[in-house]
Amino acid sequence: MTLLSVENLTLATRDARLVEDLSFTIAPGERFGLIGESGSGKSLTSLAVTGLLPQAIRATGRITLDGTEVTGAPESRLTALRGSAVATVFQEPLTALDPLMPLGRQIAGPVRRRLKREGADTAAVAAEVRALMEQVRLPDPDRLLRAYPHEVSGGQRQRVAIAMALACRPKLLIADEPTTALDVTTQAEIVTLLLDLVRERGIALLFISHDLAVVGQVAERVMVMRHGRAVESGTAAQVLTAPRDEYTRTLVAAARRFDDALEGRG
Amino acid sequence: MTLLQVENVGFAYGKGRAVLEDISFDVPRGANVGLVGESGSGKSTLLRLLLGLDSPQRGRILFDGAPLDARDRGYMRGYRRQVQAVFQDPYSSLNPAHRIRRIVTEPLRSLKIPGDHRQMAEAAITSVGLTPDTLDRYPHQFSGGQRQRIAIARAIVARPALLLADEAVSALDLSTRVRVVDLFRQIARDMTMVFVSHDMGVVAALCDRIVVLDRGRIVEAGDTAAILKNPQHPYTQSLLSSIPRMPDAAQPQDPT
Repeated sequence: MTLLSVENLTLATRDARLVEDLSFTIAPGERFGLIGESGSGKSLTSLAVTGLLPQAIRATGRITLDGTEVTGAPESRLTALRGSAVATVFQEPLTALDPLMPLGRQIAGPVRRRLKREGADTAAVAAEVRALMEQVRLPDPDRLLRAYPHEVSGGQRQRVAIAMALACRPKLLIADEPTTALDVTTQAEIVTLLLDLVRERGIALLFISHDLAVVGQVAERVMVMRHGRAVESGTAAQVLTAPRDEYTRTLVAAARRFDDALEGRG
Repeated sequence: MTLLQVENVGFAYGKGRAVLEDISFDVPRGANVGLVGESGSGKSTLLRLLLGLDSPQRGRILFDGAPLDARDRGYMRGYRRQVQAVFQDPYSSLNPAHRIRRIVTEPLRSLKIPGDHRQMAEAAITSVGLTPDTLDRYPHQFSGGQRQRIAIARAIVARPALLLADEAVSALDLSTRVRVVDLFRQIARDMTMVFVSHDMGVVAALCDRIVVLDRGRIVEAGDTAAILKNPQHPYTQSLLSSIPRMPDAAQPQDPT
């Protein structure tokens, strides 16, 4: 069974091909890692999955998410899909959140939309917001509900973004470099949180990162992209310990260089 | 011999709370010291003090035995000749309208350094692994890694005694980062260097001494190998244990 299927996806502007002939699938509950350096096309791929590509980029090929065809779908169908089938957590929670809205109201937005969608009573919103804050381990809910994004730390902002994504109860969570803007101690906490949450709920994860070690902690299967093409895919253990492709080997060697230095083997 | 001495330095912006408190460490001539800390540790402020962009409110900084005085313009001119910097963002630190030659020779002109600037620029650009024809081109024609090499050429062209680097490889892709770290290592052989970074892996690969900062204070300082092997302070321990490591090649592990 397949939750997300990407077949022969090509993304191009008028004068350049940004992603070329990309194919992969994600099963329900599976954790899939997309590895690439800047310009590899990994973030564009995730935007294509959610139908959020900039207008100037044309997509060919076929993307099917939870039984619905994304490529060529009208905006109304995509809006329904975002939220019910897929939610995204982006790299920079400071720009992903509305700076002028208290955190509690931001989390309440997707909660209310979901309850309406399910035909449930929206009186439950406030209780649900508090439950979500607890699930993402945000402390001091009374204060944070009323706080604005700039008043809390980067890690707490990312927890709010995760709470908003969970509020949708998606089948697929896309996390695009969710820890890159964070300090390393906070990064470790957020990775643990994300892993716990998707495992508990059986949510599939598309985890996008340039950081091989982080992807290794999170993903069961990975794909390495370079200049818009997949150069290698396989289990995380195989790709990160016994890479076959030349470019993947360079990346893995570079990551191990810093690991070795930390172990005093530099 | 000690090139740089930081003695009991304290600093606050305006009337705000202290950003740095009681910071003391030495940089011996020829050493390569890493200043490590996360956001809010005060590492960037400390670097501003070392650059003479701000003055400490308490304590002092001695360079080559003499106190650094950011308000003494004559002194600062001499200091700038001795101390150059490389910054994080290779896209904003090079003037896009200038040819690389003009960018690299800028310190020679502003510091009124005599000699054949053309030749000195060629020597500097070659020593960072680029070809002399680089000098006739513009910043936009180069990748992030190449731009950082150009920034390094500009920093070393006047042969400073001390090179300050502020997150100088943090914006680079992994494969490029490894190569620029190697370049810094090579350059640090004939220069004293203070390398500020949040990235313990980079500092471990590059520096022979480490100073760990947390919320404006030094929590641990010493020999890199010793700190990595046996970190004393709980903060250093948590910093090191939080760094994600690659799965072990010998026993491919389940990520659970």
